[in-house]
Amino acid sequence: MALIGSFALLLALALSVYCFGIGLLALVRKNDPDWERLGETARRAGVVIFGAVFLAALALVISAFRDDFTIAYIFHHSNRDLPAPYKFATLWSGQEGSILFWCLLLSGYGFVLRLRYKTDPRLFAYASVVLAAVQIFFLSLVNFAANPFGLLEGPLRPDGSGLNPLLQYPEMVIHPPMLYMGYVGFTIPFAFALGALIMKYPGEKWIHITRRWTMVTWGFLTCGIFLGAHWAYAVLGWGGYWGWDPVENASLMPWLVGTAFLHSVMMQEKRGMLKVWNMWLVFATFWLAILGTFLTRSGIISSVHAFAQSSIGSWFAWFLAISFAVFVFFFVRNKSHLRSENKLESLVSRESSFLFNNLLFLLLTLDVLWGTWFPKISELVQGNKVTVGAPFYNRVAIPVALLLLLLTAVGPLLAWRKTSLESLKRNFLWPTVAAFVIALFVMFTPARWGSIFGLKPWHDVSYFYSLMTIFLSALVACTVASEFYRGGRVIADKTGQGMFASMVQLTHRNTRRYGGYIVHFGVVLAMIGFSGSALNQDNEMAMGYGDKMSIGGYDLVCRSYTQEENGNQFTEWALMDVYQNGQLVRTMSPQRIFYKASQQASTKPDIDQGFKEDLYLVYEGQNEKGQPIIKAHVNPMVIWIWIGAWVMILGTALALVENAPAPVTVRVPKLVEHAAPVATGD
Amino acid sequence: MMSTPNSVLRRALHCVLLSLAVFAFTGAGDPASRFKEIGHRLVCVCGACGELLLECNHVGCTYSDRMRNELMAAVTRGDNDDLIQQAFVQEFGPTVLSAPTTSGFDRTAWIFPLLAFALGMTAVVFVIRAWKNRPSPAPAGGVPRIKAADLEKYREQAGEETDL
Repeated sequence: MALIGSFALLLALALSVYCFGIGLLALVRKNDPDWERLGETARRAGVVIFGAVFLAALALVISAFRDDFTIAYIFHHSNRDLPAPYKFATLWSGQEGSILFWCLLLSGYGFVLRLRYKTDPRLFAYASVVLAAVQIFFLSLVNFAANPFGLLEGPLRPDGSGLNPLLQYPEMVIHPPMLYMGYVGFTIPFAFALGALIMKYPGEKWIHITRRWTMVTWGFLTCGIFLGAHWAYAVLGWGGYWGWDPVENASLMPWLVGTAFLHSVMMQEKRGMLKVWNMWLVFATFWLAILGTFLTRSGIISSVHAFAQSSIGSWFAWFLAISFAVFVFFFVRNKSHLRSENKLESLVSRESSFLFNNLLFLLLTLDVLWGTWFPKISELVQGNKVTVGAPFYNRVAIPVALLLLLLTAVGPLLAWRKTSLESLKRNFLWPTVAAFVIALFVMFTPARWGSIFGLKPWHDVSYFYSLMTIFLSALVACTVASEFYRGGRVIADKTGQGMFASMVQLTHRNTRRYGGYIVHFGVVLAMIGFSGSALNQDNEMAMGYGDKMSIGGYDLVCRSYTQEENGNQFTEWALMDVYQNGQLVRTMSPQRIFYKASQQASTKPDIDQGFKEDLYLVYEGQNEKGQPIIKAHVNPMVIWIWIGAWVMILGTALALVENAPAPVTVRVPKLVEHAAPVATGD
Repeated sequence: MMSTPNSVLRRALHCVLLSLAVFAFTGAGDPASRFKEIGHRLVCVCGACGELLLECNHVGCTYSDRMRNELMAAVTRGDNDDLIQQAFVQEFGPTVLSAPTTSGFDRTAWIFPLLAFALGMTAVVFVIRAWKNRPSPAPAGGVPRIKAADLEKYREQAGEETDL
């Protein structure tokens, strides 16, 4: 299998070199029919790359299932007793395998792109060449610097080291593929953008093509980020979902810039503006995705998520530099092609709101980038590292995020070119009043209704932020609802349909717009979930039989605790009865697991999810008497984060659906009131 | 004996200052909330979890218990926040603090986001003004542009038809 895999990777590299070289020459000699035919062979070579890389990936997966510990990668990341789904996930659980997985996804995207070339053969030819250049880099990496088929030195071992126990969780079978499909996918919009720039593409068709690819990619990255957050919450046992770790930040930055692009691209489509800006945004999204990979693999920034330090960091540094230089070269050469077609007419307009929207997304990205790199900068400047953790990011990012939320409410209701004061009053009066009422309701409702209620913003700045989040989220929700209602009502009045059917028809007529509103609504739900973190509570104690701990309206009683063992692991767990108002409401069982093969331990928290709050129990360890130390958290509103993520994915999927054709109106002549009798016998 | 205006004013000022002090230091003297607040300004230095001290879940951790005990002892002793943080920095190094300080080079960590915000807002306002003053490009293909007054008229009509 190692031989097959290695050969397949070499073949893939050779094909990508052919695809790039011949493809490039065919573009340069565009009027020569012989070169045109050769260019077609380059495209086909690009298609076959996917087959070769797929074969290599298959060889690695089969090696994992066969427990082939002659291969070093399989030895270090798998073991005999590892359950099947995790043996499959061995493909992306280590450095070398994950780069192979990156190559697989890149070639998969390339496969689709090259098959769909008839959409615009010339543009797709340019994009294919750009893509081939990126494939050459990653395939060179996997062939020469991080080969997953390297053989293990020394005698054959009877069993492997096993998979990191933190990765032995169902979500970890889905999270990396989603994340990588997002990261890798941003190469495609970049390929189209650079291709359009090089060929001075006339018109905006390339942006339509790029936008759909970007939405798909953005959807995958969103899914991957939220899956990672959920995994952190459900597995790591610290009661949180986002730690501002450098690897987490590495996924957030391309997401932020990609989101900015998805918004500003509308300016280019509708008004022919922001062409230069969009070109740089697409490049920045791709570049930040590669930068993120560089951060996690080079060891330059410490992170608990990072792969082991290796020499491939320098490969990525060179690739980042070369890709930047190539992009700047073509931008400087062809930027005159990117002239704006319209001018701005008013500060109060949709165009201005997009500018501010982009500014805020960019500011958030810069803040995250700055915070991620500051430990390294501090080390270079003053000789010692500092930690840049959650308190820094919360302080700099939350105000910007709240401004973005405000813009999410305001922006969609501003008109293109200019918005009148009358229009502003008409669109915003009732949503603002409703949002105020909701915020006041949350402030003055007794806290016994749920942890989020009774928020007094003057008690703590975090309470102020939470209440502002709720107010602005309510404002966004009301403006989104008003858009659906107004549009639905017009259709209902014209067609006589019910309101719900009219809203469905409305959405189907403009899926991108209304799918986008649904994504905004998902963001609102997630933000409401985040706002609950200011009211988190926790408590911890060692608990013997019958001992009681109180937290947030719950009384926890330790019923029992014990241990069990199987071939793969040793488990300690406690059985906790949960009482509310003296009534037993449920029994929960937090665990701690020790994995034999890897000699590592991890917690398995038990989480009781509710719409108002989660009760989250962690088995932290044992005291000297052998009694379990239980940490309990009450985390308000967390479930709305996951619901919001689902709504965002749903909105994205909806926005990708083709619009329904507009209904055709046929004019018929007015009927004659008194028809003339038909003569018989004529 | 009647109070002079000055003494009334002085007493009122003392009351105000006392009230402010009550608000300002509410919770400050409470060991549990101080422990929680300072605990979230420190990081577990085990190197395996990277968590804030009070969020470390102890699995495989040899440091967090010791750090928490030291923190509790310092808070119970009545040491102020700066003293406690300095003691941890001396023992574990500057990386024990969960965020950069506001002194020396660390200050730049906090200044940069503010500067970026100010520069960004200025740039956007500048761009908007520049674009507004730009001459209108000639319409492509001889298609006449809709005049602003006509556009406003159609907008009002659309607004009336979709009004709540």
